[in-house]
Amino acid sequence: MDGVVQLQKQLVDYIASLFHEGFLDEQFNQLQQLQDESNPDFVVEVVSLFFEDSERLLNELAKALEQKTIDFRKVDAHVHQFKGSSSSIGAHRVQKVCIAFRNYCEEQNVEGCLKCLQQVKHEYSLVRNKLETLFQLEKQIIAAGGSLPAT
Amino acid sequence: MEGGNVVVSRRSNDGFGVSPYDPEEAHVLAVDDSLVDRKIIEKLLKISSCKVTAVDSGRRALQFLGLDEEKSSSVSFDGLKVDLIITDYCMPGMTGYELLKKIKESSTFREIPVVIMSSENVLARIDRCLEEGAEDFIMKPVKLSDVKRLKDYMMREVGFGSENNGGIDKRKLQESCDLNSSEPPVTSSTSPSQLPEPPSRSPISSPSVPSSIPTPLDSPIRRLKITNTG
Repeated sequence: MDGVVQLQKQLVDYIASLFHEGFLDEQFNQLQQLQDESNPDFVVEVVSLFFEDSERLLNELAKALEQKTIDFRKVDAHVHQFKGSSSSIGAHRVQKVCIAFRNYCEEQNVEGCLKCLQQVKHEYSLVRNKLETLFQLEKQIIAAGGSLPAT
Repeated sequence: MEGGNVVVSRRSNDGFGVSPYDPEEAHVLAVDDSLVDRKIIEKLLKISSCKVTAVDSGRRALQFLGLDEEKSSSVSFDGLKVDLIITDYCMPGMTGYELLKKIKESSTFREIPVVIMSSENVLARIDRCLEEGAEDFIMKPVKLSDVKRLKDYMMREVGFGSENNGGIDKRKLQESCDLNSSEPPVTSSTSPSQLPEPPSRSPISSPSVPSSIPTPLDSPIRRLKITNTG
């Protein structure tokens, strides 16, 4: 039983650190509150959709910025989507980069856009790792017979 | 009053679960091109005891309602009454605003309350939607408290029939908008002419909206969403 308690504490601390470091924001809490016995994997499901969507968007962005003549409206459209989905799951740092990214699109600033693309890829992979770690912890707790700490 | 019973029975946390004697659980048509957002809004609505149909475009929404140009049927596909339509504003193809207009132009469906969601707090946009007859304008990301508020619209519609409580809300919101006119709203740096937004406008071309600027806390929509700087 001790093991479960340890894991639960680890999870609580981990989530707190993610909030503290700005990886996640309040919206993530909202998602957790929507999870219940009838849909115990809700957060994992939504976040998985976010991962898929993000990979797609990052690909599209890379392609769009590789063009000889960059269509900034198209780039902006993708960033807008990325901003929206990251905001919806509480991926705060990704969202912030998207905001800066959109400003560069508006200015039609290629360098700025390329820089932001790198940044957003970076932030996305960071938050992805963090969330996967979080889900792993949760799985361990459940597997050990524990329940997830209330948020 | 039936309304009161319905409220109690919909609180599934009380252990009532799905209310057995509530034949008219509110049916919401949710429109959003984002898969992530659709999943979330669907859950938010289901948790609030609504039946949900989620579609990915204004086009599909119109098809569901039977308002597609090609079809002249005035009944939704599977005969389900729609009690509320909640739609994203920025969507490729048909924007939420265009969808709103089409619905309000329809004699069959104009009574259905329409709520617009947007990640961008653009007062001109909000005003335009409210003027076109939108019941409310919700800032994304959508929270449970936003959806709970929506239930009130549906309850009132169901409970009081033709009483236009939506109008009262609109007035309140518009008054608050007036109060804000002295503050620099997000759009003040852009003259209205920079936001032409004709119906055919691509929703993606928000030419001059610096969505990074956090909105004034007093903004009618913001005050309902206490968290989140942009």
